[in-house]
Amino acid sequence: MEQSEPITTQVPEHSRPHWGRMLVWTGLLVLLAILALGLRRTQQGPVAVGDRVHSFTLTTFEGEQIHLKDLQGKVVVVNFWASWCKPCEQEAADLEAAWRFYQPGGDVVFLGVDYVDTEPEARAYLERFGITYSNGPDLGTRISQAFRIQGVPETYIIDQDNVLRFVKIGPFTSQEQIKAAIDPMLK
Amino acid sequence: MKRLATLLTMLLALLLAGAAFAQDSPPSPSDDQVNAIAKQLYCPVCENIPLDVCGTQACAQWRELIRQKLSQGWSEAQIKQYFVDQYGDRVLATPPAHGLNWLVYLVPPVAILAGFFILYRALKAWKQPASQAISEPPASSQPDEYMLRLEEELKKR
Repeated sequence: MEQSEPITTQVPEHSRPHWGRMLVWTGLLVLLAILALGLRRTQQGPVAVGDRVHSFTLTTFEGEQIHLKDLQGKVVVVNFWASWCKPCEQEAADLEAAWRFYQPGGDVVFLGVDYVDTEPEARAYLERFGITYSNGPDLGTRISQAFRIQGVPETYIIDQDNVLRFVKIGPFTSQEQIKAAIDPMLK
Repeated sequence: MKRLATLLTMLLALLLAGAAFAQDSPPSPSDDQVNAIAKQLYCPVCENIPLDVCGTQACAQWRELIRQKLSQGWSEAQIKQYFVDQYGDRVLATPPAHGLNWLVYLVPPVAILAGFFILYRALKAWKQPASQAISEPPASSQPDEYMLRLEEELKKR
């Protein structure tokens, strides 16, 4: 009796690397990394006290360009505001009074950053409160993104070495409060 | 009589000037025209709410700005570009296709294609063992060594 031939099953050889699979996994990992970075950034909160502040450029309503790096050696008060922001009105007069107090000394610079605002209303606001320190729109919301602000008003005080020394979320309630934040940096 | 004539001339001049002004100034853009652009924009203050339905003062100011730009003869593209220049790309409902934004356009079709490919491979893998089973000869023609041993073991018990 003739026996049938034993069945031999062909096992495919997997010696070649699976380029397609590797590419898909790499792509997936890159995508996850981008998502993780984005999530981390949104969860970060505002710039912390003690952090070095990266230079930014404020183009004022008059067209003057102010670079933070050029203000090294001075205390810089960066105030984020908007004409539609009611709490900003609460501190506007105090900020202007504080600016006038420090202006003759030349050691302190005040910068107003107008956040997500419309120019006619912003100009009207500045006129209404008689604000004389440099103010400009936050073009492309680049400055507010660099500070990772949560809303307005917010004030950041940077020391002579471009290190953030004070953060105020919400409005100042008096001129003395502003001075109390600036004075320790001038000693 | 002379005074009446002067008065009438002045009145006529005023009427003509008014008519000329009315012809020169373009009609104020309607809410629909403003909202057609506003619905393509998002104010960063109130996230996830299109500008046309957002009730905050900031958004009302933005809509007013659109109205002003329209009445100045700006096109939709010019207005949108103005908002991008002022407030950044994130104000647009549809992100422009550059930089990392490309991911928004690339990832969904690539994921769908990858899904189809995986499905195709899985179906192919399921089909293969089935066809192998049909091509194999009947079990009776080839005594299974394992089955024989198993039966022997069972008999012993």
